[in-house]
Amino acid sequence: MMIAKYAAAAVVAGILSFGAAHAQDGMVDELRQPTLDSLAGKKVVFVPMSMSFDLPEGWAAIMQKEAKRLGYTLDIRDANWSTDTGTRALTQAITEKPDVIVVQNFDVASYARTLKKAEDSGIKVIQVNMKSSYQTDAFVGADWYGIGQYAANRMIEKCGKASGKSGKIAIIQGPATAAASVYQLNAISETLKGHDDIKIVSSQTGDWDQSKARGIAQTVIQQNPDLCGIIGFWDVMDAGTGAAIQESGKDIYLITSGGGNKTACQGVENGTFKEVISYDVEGQGRDLNNAIKVLLQSKEAAGAVKFALYTPNKLISKETMSTNSCWDLDQLKK
Amino acid sequence: MTVSSTPQNLASNAARKGVHHRIGVTQELIVFLVSIALFAYFSITLDNFLSRDNILNLIRNVAMLGMLSLGMAVVVIGRGVDLSLVAVMAVSLTFSIVLANQGYAFSTALVLGLAFVIVVAIVMGFLIAYVEIPAIFATLAVSAIVYGLGRGVIATLDVNNVPDNLNWFLFLGRGSFLGIPIPIWLFAMCATALYFFLRRTGFGRFIYAIGDNISTARITGIPVRPVIILQYVLSGVMAFLAGCVTAASVASMNMRMVNSTLIYDVLLVVILGGIGLTGGRGGVRNVLVGTILIGLLLNGMTILDISYTVQNLVKSTVLLGALIVDALLNPRDEQTSQQGDI
Repeated sequence: MMIAKYAAAAVVAGILSFGAAHAQDGMVDELRQPTLDSLAGKKVVFVPMSMSFDLPEGWAAIMQKEAKRLGYTLDIRDANWSTDTGTRALTQAITEKPDVIVVQNFDVASYARTLKKAEDSGIKVIQVNMKSSYQTDAFVGADWYGIGQYAANRMIEKCGKASGKSGKIAIIQGPATAAASVYQLNAISETLKGHDDIKIVSSQTGDWDQSKARGIAQTVIQQNPDLCGIIGFWDVMDAGTGAAIQESGKDIYLITSGGGNKTACQGVENGTFKEVISYDVEGQGRDLNNAIKVLLQSKEAAGAVKFALYTPNKLISKETMSTNSCWDLDQLKK
Repeated sequence: MTVSSTPQNLASNAARKGVHHRIGVTQELIVFLVSIALFAYFSITLDNFLSRDNILNLIRNVAMLGMLSLGMAVVVIGRGVDLSLVAVMAVSLTFSIVLANQGYAFSTALVLGLAFVIVVAIVMGFLIAYVEIPAIFATLAVSAIVYGLGRGVIATLDVNNVPDNLNWFLFLGRGSFLGIPIPIWLFAMCATALYFFLRRTGFGRFIYAIGDNISTARITGIPVRPVIILQYVLSGVMAFLAGCVTAASVASMNMRMVNSTLIYDVLLVVILGGIGLTGGRGGVRNVLVGTILIGLLLNGMTILDISYTVQNLVKSTVLLGALIVDALLNPRDEQTSQQGDI
């Protein structure tokens, strides 16, 4: 009996001492190594509209850093403002069988078939910011409907009956078939339903070009001297819209949206924009990295799980602006 | 020496004058009448269209297009074509802006931008005049090279912003003098200068002579090849000035413009105005008429809130119409057509 007691005590002591030793060395994270292993050596291809403006440059910088850290590769295939070049790049990528393709669509239609082909051949596809009508594994990007809705509500507030203003507003769109244009327009018309005090006097496309936006805005302002507000669809383009407003010397509420590059903050500061709805490229970059990592780890086949990560909007106006409202590409690249 | 000093030329000039007179009146007249009709139509149907502000606005919005078209006109009169105008405009100004952002004084940066334009034009002119590459291919290739340089070497981003506090430069795009916007003044000055160059100077007449019949021009003793280079330098300088107006208007330069349809709009203005692609005909007045018609179309369609796609459709249809009229009024013949011309 005595022996049994000693034996039991010894076992308990042994367990205790083992536990103590364990606590001293920490615990092995069983999940970490398999996760790292599942990422290392994988291949991601990024097909942006063009590596020549703030959004893709920002995403690429953030994705590149994470790829480097975790040991997978990120290849960038520039579509250079041409759907043809983009489609070729995608087709080429499909033959190379990467694990994930990240794509920024020019419009809702052009890539749809190619994206389906990629999925059919087992490649997981993430669409960033500009959606195609074909839904792939993941969408990461701006909530265009939410942006349009917010902008329209601001117009009701700033230009509607309660404000005592004329209620006349104009819209400067992007290309007619771009996701940014179609979903925002839909949101604006839905939101303004029943608000007869708001009148859209002009809805034209500036085609993402400042000079065109400037020309349109100038004509519209001249034609409607009591114009109260303008909703623009991209801050880079709306630098031109803002220039036309400043030239006219009128007080017109210009609300626009963009990736939150430092030029957006500068624009708010110098009065070019009254308000910028930022879809925060830094945040999107992190979402993109997460989506890539989720898809690389997932055992599911391409197209099996479909999810979307809509970016929370950051509002930048003179009142809400702080030092970290915007980002700087040079800093991101560091 | 003038072109008309040889008997041969007197004869061909007389013949051309007869044709020129008929064509000038007819082609310009059509465009002019269309402009008048559009003007009347918009005046009646659109409120505020006739206001002084809108008219100034209308011209101001096509001033840049008009300046580019003046450059194109010089080249087309000499029976060439310059498809590199837009690329040269966008990249040279981007070059200046990038230099300025790196700490150069903006005036120095502009001078260097202009120097870039002139070097490109001389190289391009050399390829066309001495290596005898057809203008359409040479300028297209140079356009691609210049754009590639811009995107690959000069700047990483499409859109480059003019540094802050350059009010004297922004004045070129946003200011006004005697109530008339500066871009209109610049357009008017360029048009006047080019008018005198083409009509009153020997070199100007040489360009007509070369455009009319290059062999005759050469036999007559005109320094054909240097004059061809001069044409491209002139069009490059016009592109640079148009670029200054554009950059000053929006405080930035957008290289993406190279991918747009702007170069076709420029051709549209030139052909529409009645400057035949066969060369040797037309002048500054034709550019003005063409520019005004495009200005009217753009302004009216924007006020009418017509969608961009339909606007392009209308513009393209007008261009096709102008080409048909051009083909009917300036028929090719064995004397003037040659292999490789456009």
